[in-house]
Amino acid sequence: MSPGTRMIEVRQNILKQNDLTARALRQRFHQAGVFVVSLVSSPGAGKTALLEKTLTVLRNQCRVAALVGDLATENDAVRLARSQAPVKQITTGTLCHLDAAMVQSALEVWTLDELDFLFIENVGNLVCPSCYDLGEDLRLVLLSVTEGEDKPLKYPTIFNSADVAVITKIDLATAVEFDSAAANRNIQAVRPGMTVLNVSVKSSEGMEEYLEFLRLHRAAFRPNSEAHRNAGSATSSG
Amino acid sequence: MHELSIAMGIVEMAEEEAERRGGLHIVAVHLRLGQLSGVVKDALLASYQMASEDTVLKGSRLVVQEVPVVLYCPQCDAQRPASSLQWLCCSECGNPASEIVQGKELVVVGWEVEQ
Repeated sequence: MSPGTRMIEVRQNILKQNDLTARALRQRFHQAGVFVVSLVSSPGAGKTALLEKTLTVLRNQCRVAALVGDLATENDAVRLARSQAPVKQITTGTLCHLDAAMVQSALEVWTLDELDFLFIENVGNLVCPSCYDLGEDLRLVLLSVTEGEDKPLKYPTIFNSADVAVITKIDLATAVEFDSAAANRNIQAVRPGMTVLNVSVKSSEGMEEYLEFLRLHRAAFRPNSEAHRNAGSATSSG
Repeated sequence: MHELSIAMGIVEMAEEEAERRGGLHIVAVHLRLGQLSGVVKDALLASYQMASEDTVLKGSRLVVQEVPVVLYCPQCDAQRPASSLQWLCCSECGNPASEIVQGKELVVVGWEVEQ
């Protein structure tokens, strides 16, 4: 404190506006019964490839859609649209992350009641997206085997903000001498207890376990309505 | 480099505060910044200079109080400092943390104003 001054004490979260918007979004998602999964990673870790495959498979089983953030171009939206699922690109200009308000305005024209899953692919960046809640139920952080096992130690904050780590491109693990045990150790060091899934979009290895993980989490997210539906079908068949 | 967005957020909050209280002259903004907040102090200080130009915060200081990470250790049933950001385990017994108690703060705690 300098002389001649006084302190007005407050306690205001700088990201309060984002948090409020995210909370409103989460409530809207829950009311609509849509389970929201976001993906974060460094550029080139394979978010779009994983999401394209995810949408392609899940589209045959349930109602899915995706938002995809990039600084520029609609390339990712075009790629994801090959899955035939509804996709919308958010271009951020020079902004390095998505925030809740961008998600909110991108969703204005969508009827969320018609969806089971909504995926949000963040801008490729392991730093800034960690601060911004997007209203998602599950945040996946991707780490490709080509990036090195120590990525979690270098970017602990983003790993800490995520719920699940997905190690991608595991078909290349041998070629790049990826040390899976070390990667797991590093993930557990920065985020104790974190679930780690291993996938290869190219060879499909681990894809079924990953998709089952998503389905189970979605089922757990609405236990009452799922239980009700199961109970209902059991009654009618019995 | 989202520190500029964060700095602009502080400016917005200050402008609201000044308007609400009428003609405040803010000489410093006091901030608590957690080690796991995802915001870099030096980048934020540099961004603050840019963001505060031609606003109610022009010429003011940003005073950053860094907040270390504190974990809850289920083994010790106590709050403990983290060993490091790369090792979120109890500094006493080495057990993995079940909860982060502090260290994610990004909070304005005071507007220092002229008397």
